Amino acid sequence: MTQSVVVQVGQCGNQVGCRFWDLALREHAAVNKKGIYDEALSSFFRNVDTRSGGDGHDISKGKICSLKARALLIDMEEGVVNEILQGPLRDVFDSKQLITDVSGSGNNWAVGHKLYGCQYRENIVEKLRKTAEHCDCLQCFFVIHSMGGGTGSGLGTFVLNLLEDEFPEVYRFVTSVYPSSEDDVIISPYNSVLAMKELNEHADCVLPIENESLFDIVNKIHQMVNSGKLGSIVKQNSLVTSSAGSTKAVQEKSFDAMNNIIANLLLNLTSSARFEGSLNMDLNEISMNLVPFPRLHYLVSSLTPLYTLADVNVPSRRLDQMFSDAFSRDHQLIQADPKHSLYLACALLVRGNVQVSDLRRNIERLKPSMHFVSWNQEGWKTGLCSVPPVGHSHSLLALANNTCVKPTFMELKDRFMRLYKKKAHLHHYLHIDGMEQSCFSEAISSLSDLIEEYNELDATKGGPRIDPSRLKIAV
Amino acid sequence: MEPKVISQALSIAARSGYWKYDDRSHFCQKQGSGNNWANGYSVHGPKHKDIIMNLVQKEAEKCDRLSGFFTIMSMAGGTGSGLGAFVTQCLKDAFPASFILNHVIWPYGTGEVIVQNYNSVLTLSHLYHSSDALLVHENDVIHKICAQLMNIKQISFRDVNQVIAHQLGSVFQPIYTAEGALHYSRSPLGDLMETLVPHPEFKMLGLRNIPQMPESSLAYSSFSWPGLIKHLRQMLIANATMEEGIDWQVRPPRPGSSIPSKHSTSKLLHFNTSIANLVILRGKDMHSADLGSFQDPALYTSWLTPQDAFNLWKTPRAFNKYEKSAALVSNSQFLLKPLDNLVGKAWNMFASKAYIHQYTKFGIEEEDFLDSFTTLEQVISSYTTL
Repeated sequence: MTQSVVVQVGQCGNQVGCRFWDLALREHAAVNKKGIYDEALSSFFRNVDTRSGGDGHDISKGKICSLKARALLIDMEEGVVNEILQGPLRDVFDSKQLITDVSGSGNNWAVGHKLYGCQYRENIVEKLRKTAEHCDCLQCFFVIHSMGGGTGSGLGTFVLNLLEDEFPEVYRFVTSVYPSSEDDVIISPYNSVLAMKELNEHADCVLPIENESLFDIVNKIHQMVNSGKLGSIVKQNSLVTSSAGSTKAVQEKSFDAMNNIIANLLLNLTSSARFEGSLNMDLNEISMNLVPFPRLHYLVSSLTPLYTLADVNVPSRRLDQMFSDAFSRDHQLIQADPKHSLYLACALLVRGNVQVSDLRRNIERLKPSMHFVSWNQEGWKTGLCSVPPVGHSHSLLALANNTCVKPTFMELKDRFMRLYKKKAHLHHYLHIDGMEQSCFSEAISSLSDLIEEYNELDATKGGPRIDPSRLKIAV
Repeated sequence: MEPKVISQALSIAARSGYWKYDDRSHFCQKQGSGNNWANGYSVHGPKHKDIIMNLVQKEAEKCDRLSGFFTIMSMAGGTGSGLGAFVTQCLKDAFPASFILNHVIWPYGTGEVIVQNYNSVLTLSHLYHSSDALLVHENDVIHKICAQLMNIKQISFRDVNQVIAHQLGSVFQPIYTAEGALHYSRSPLGDLMETLVPHPEFKMLGLRNIPQMPESSLAYSSFSWPGLIKHLRQMLIANATMEEGIDWQVRPPRPGSSIPSKHSTSKLLHFNTSIANLVILRGKDMHSADLGSFQDPALYTSWLTPQDAFNLWKTPRAFNKYEKSAALVSNSQFLLKPLDNLVGKAWNMFASKAYIHQYTKFGIEEEDFLDSFTTLEQVISSYTTL
């Protein structure tokens, strides 16, 4: 079994990360009844004996003593991390996994990347090494951050660079929260585009997420819960609630519901690597199958079901509905419509009691309405994991490498250009050591190239019009 | 290269109470091969060669007469395909006198793995160089059997594998390979090769089985040898994958017109020409079975007489609760169309250079791909011009 390390950077990154660890513990608690530290747990947690004071040694087998998350929490202001350390998850992290500062990055990518990057480089590398040493087979780093701010965006992408330098063999999956157009940070386009360049060059896979989509999904769920539709009751455990027995009596913060969705995304992504199933799908397989060209590694994700109806009438119709939903506009985690754009590749990760025939039936059903690139007409990667997520009997995560990310990027570019043409706010960046005008021009050209690649695919539908002629053999 | 499946296999076997795997006869790693043939072949292969070959050596030493190796692997993934191809090569080098039969699982046409066509092309071309024969099971075919013959509503991989195991069993269970033989065949692999692979260019073997039905229906069915044999023969000629939906219109070409002329009807084109066939009969009264129809020279190519091209193995012992059953292992054009499709799709993808960087990362270059394509086009050409 392989291990993964989560690196959460910035306010958004840490808040999402916090939800992730909460859900991960809940999931493992539901599966692992005997309290034995097993392989599945070891992929995200260490088992530490804290009685001997200080940093106990790892216990690789036997009963669970104290679980420590394989995580690194980085934030340049203390508020969020402190809150985590005072909350119910405080024992899951130890002080050696934290890197904090006081003043924050002021929503400035340059401050995060250049200033704090330099300052904390040694510290970060050392802590990463330590975490990696605790793993006997480290496969993947998950970086969680936002693109619009300063720390998550700047320092987060700096860490990404570091990961590539120090651990070139380990996969880098980045979950990036993109700013919406009504974002209250004016210079978020600058931060995002500067960060995009880093993502283009140093990430293996990026899962872009937009707050707007999460917000819509959360609203939809609340509508369902509150509407009390005739004949259907929504079960307690939907994608956004923590669980029936939550210790928080207070109304959960508004972002918690949205962050839960991202946390579920990460859990489902790694489920096949942690639990058994009839068709395993490891993380390296995701990267292998979904990234046909090195730079086109942006995956649009969608999760279903969002909530479980207690109405158990027609199980197989519910299953089929789940597959249909995964491709609908409303369920995507960015503002995009993959069905009407070009698919380069698609992966379906199914959890729960679903058989290969159900999977195949649904693929056959949905295929005709989707446009695949000419050289990948049957570009489906599938995985079946037998363990369903908490509160559901089955679930589906769809990852699509699809040209529908283009509008998101184009909009980002437009917002950037509107500011850049006027040279608005540039001085905040340029007076940071190491930051020059060329950083901006390189970043925007990197983004433009990416958009161009997607354009080309759309225009040619990905291939020569006629089938390339086969090799001829002299008989 | 990852531990979950092997540990599951070991525990299931141990639970049966009848047999189990030797505790030390397995080897796994942690990371898997990521569906990457290059990873399996160029990275894991050399890295673990010694350990793996040591394990093989230990098993080989336990045999007092080793006739050969039977490898079971899929083509779509990274380990089965890449590492499987590598290990086959090592086996050939280390045991040049032993036979190697590769049991290969042909992936579903539609996506289990996106790069399955690349992996399959690389696997097949490499296996063709080091293996003696490739016994193929196609997922699509077995799936159809499960759906239509076995009446299974929600087909799981367990069901698919059950059918495959049944078909393999019908070939490899003890059998008399010679007329009037006093003992079971001592070297089934060798006998199989001898009967079915007369020429190294033609190594693709298909497997058909009759009857195939859910266990609950067995009590209500009765079988006759003439019926079974007639169906089996037509399955061979018409390239049918199972006993339902056989095209009875397909006939072998008339003698004297062995070369299809320009006026030949399309039926002739669907006709499945064989190089060699092996029929295995299991069940009572098999002596009464008349296999003359299989010895029709029209079924075969011109360079082997039917006496050499056709072989019959039999045993009165019933297999797996079927009172009478017949299996056909055929070196014929069964796999020509699937192979052609596979190579076509892979070539299409290769032309756009998609995913190639994932393979070059581990040392498989475009030239290696081209070599593989060339090898397979040659095989396709050979089978087409039978």
